[in-house]
Amino acid sequence: MIFRAFLLVLCLLGFSGIAVAVQPDEILVDPALEARARQLSAELRCMVCQNQSIDDSDAELARDLRVLVRERLKAGDTNEEVLNYIVSRYGEFVLLKPRFNARNAILWAAPVLILVGGSALAFSVLRRRGNTVPAPLSTEEEAALRDILKDES
Amino acid sequence: MSVELGHFALVLALALALVQALVPLLGARLGSAPLMRMGEPVAITGFALIAFAFAALVLAYVQSDFSVLNVWENSHSAKPLLFKITGTWGNHEGSMLLWVLILAFFGALVAAFGQNLPPTLRANVLAIQGLIASAFLLFILFTSNPFIRLERAPIEGRDLNPILQDIGLAIHPPLLYLGYVGFSISFSFAVAALIDGRLDAAWARWVRPWTLVAWAFLTGGIAMGSYWAYYELGWGGFWFWDPVENASLMPWLAGTALLHSAIVMEKRSALKIWTVLLAILTFSLSLLGTFLVRSGVLTSVHSFATDPTRGVFILAILVFFIGGALALFAVRGASLAPGGLFHPISREGALVFNNLMLTTAAATVLIGTLYPLLIEAISEDKISVGAPFFNLTFVPLFLPLLLAVPFGPLLAWKRGDLPGALQRLQFAFWAAGAAAIASYFLIDRANAAAALGIGLGLWLVFGALTDLAFKSGIGKVGPALALRRLSGLPLSMFGTCFAHAGLGLTVLGIVSVTALQAEKILTMQPGQSTEISGYTLRFVDLRPFTGPNYTEDRAEFALGTTRGASLGELVSSKRLYTARGMPTTEAGIRTMGLSQLYVSIGDRTPAGLVVRIWWKPFVTLIWAGALVMMGGGFISLMDRRLRVGAPARRKAALAADGGGTR
Repeated sequence: MIFRAFLLVLCLLGFSGIAVAVQPDEILVDPALEARARQLSAELRCMVCQNQSIDDSDAELARDLRVLVRERLKAGDTNEEVLNYIVSRYGEFVLLKPRFNARNAILWAAPVLILVGGSALAFSVLRRRGNTVPAPLSTEEEAALRDILKDES
Repeated sequence: MSVELGHFALVLALALALVQALVPLLGARLGSAPLMRMGEPVAITGFALIAFAFAALVLAYVQSDFSVLNVWENSHSAKPLLFKITGTWGNHEGSMLLWVLILAFFGALVAAFGQNLPPTLRANVLAIQGLIASAFLLFILFTSNPFIRLERAPIEGRDLNPILQDIGLAIHPPLLYLGYVGFSISFSFAVAALIDGRLDAAWARWVRPWTLVAWAFLTGGIAMGSYWAYYELGWGGFWFWDPVENASLMPWLAGTALLHSAIVMEKRSALKIWTVLLAILTFSLSLLGTFLVRSGVLTSVHSFATDPTRGVFILAILVFFIGGALALFAVRGASLAPGGLFHPISREGALVFNNLMLTTAAATVLIGTLYPLLIEAISEDKISVGAPFFNLTFVPLFLPLLLAVPFGPLLAWKRGDLPGALQRLQFAFWAAGAAAIASYFLIDRANAAAALGIGLGLWLVFGALTDLAFKSGIGKVGPALALRRLSGLPLSMFGTCFAHAGLGLTVLGIVSVTALQAEKILTMQPGQSTEISGYTLRFVDLRPFTGPNYTEDRAEFALGTTRGASLGELVSSKRLYTARGMPTTEAGIRTMGLSQLYVSIGDRTPAGLVVRIWWKPFVTLIWAGALVMMGGGFISLMDRRLRVGAPARRKAALAADGGGTR
């Protein structure tokens, strides 16, 4: 979309040396390891871009991070260890999926809370209304109803 | 000269908007018909003035009048004419002018075609529209004036951002704004009803077509934006969960919910309070989107509009309208009488479920978008909320909703028959299930999730068709009678069918491209070939080429099938726009059936040219489905029961033929 395009351009401008995101020379020989690298890259933010993962980004810094991820994987790190290592160097800002911790509790709990709260509200309103017996018709209303029904037939 | 006239027209339009905001409102208070009627000519004249101002700016762009600051900053004399025109709204000031132009357009439509609205409702609606227009015209004139002149006119302009020099800019923003701003009408109706304290089924009948128009345009606008990003940005993604995308998705989700709750209100007089609240919230989310995108709050540095005065101004507008409307709702909302009763298993119940899921989804997107700002404001920490978060939360919320969609239209009002609906959906269920099983065993790379996703998409498509088949009695009565019955069904039923089936197509496209796409990243020398998903691609050569305002390196590929048949040439290039010195990638895309082969090129290295190739199966269904949804909206709009002004005409027609047979 256009605004995103603007930001992308800014990103390109600031860090020229345009390159396609993942470079052929970065790709690991082991396909299983490479698949893990791609998966991790999609969860890491390109720090100098607007909301782009390092897997998508053309920036130099993103390339450095992609290479770093692959180095850690080759050294035998688990996915979690790679993420911890990168967070220790770049801060939590680098994670596109925020951690489950106290500070992010509202963020992660919100969808569930809203859904549960909304369902409870809807049910209570429906049940309350379902229990109220509609008031019987007054004599005038019944007369009016009879008139209408007479007209219909 | 025309620029000054345009500027003047805009100032006059502000004066008229203030009149429109105050006089009809006063008239409605005092019960004075002449004062109330004043809103209509004022709204139409105001629209004409803003249209004149807009035309003056377009003219300045077409003439490359670089004495206008805005034109100088965003245009270039060598730019093709189409991009000179579209460049008018390819920048902050111009796009805000387009925003108020569309706002005034909708206001003028209500003024021109709202003749059979109750007079106080019409007066109040026009007054609220006038108030919104006043706020945004003030914003434009004080912080974002496109008509400012430069003292000494430069010889040449600085050119439009190259990524925007695309046909997408001609289509995407106008459609998106028609959607965004169209919801202002539902908002104005809601606020007007709260001021009036009167809300009945007729109100819902009035609001529904406007919501439908806005929703259809927004659907198309989002889809076009997505396709544009897909082919222009060069890495083949179609949705990025970017905050600016979320800004358009939130009103869409809320607007979809509004569309459905308005049906319940119109047919059954239920969910009144909720529908009014939803109408307010939908436009509030549009305003919030405008704020997020325009103020530069999303990122401190890399942003579109970095001037903080603009941000504060829009924030004030936001607080005034959302706060004001919600306060009014809090005071008056409770006095609206609750409507009809219904059993949880019923059409109403299904639509409540729809609203619950859509609202939760919208709230999730909202919180995900704003949470990093909140954290940054209360602590010094910065966190990111990106695609992995949204995929993890949004998808589980949407799945049950998608599963439930085919049931809605098949359930009766008040008390539905679930086993009966299940029985009618048997065919859709088994057909979708069979397709899922077949794709699991027949398609390479298809895992269980992909197969279930394909089944889900087809379930939506077949489910939507089942509704029409059932209502026309196909399979129960003779084909001739069934056909006659089918053509006699109200258009709104076809609209529902199209919209739901379109949703299914979009789901199919998303699932298949996410789960089944193939990707290849390699370096290629001229003459070298590679294979992907049954196609061969031979890199022929890299040639320089000069366009009107750019130079590019064109990589030519010979495309063929692995069996040896030739499919012609495919060109993918890297462009440099000379005025700004900006590089862009122009992906080479070949559509084959519903699928696409997508080639984008990178740097030249000693080992050869870096090439990325994707095979994207059924990718075009993502946007085709959205267009079908949009078409469904317009078909439904043509239903005579919904047509603007239809209720009165229909009554007149009924009176004329003595009761009629409809």
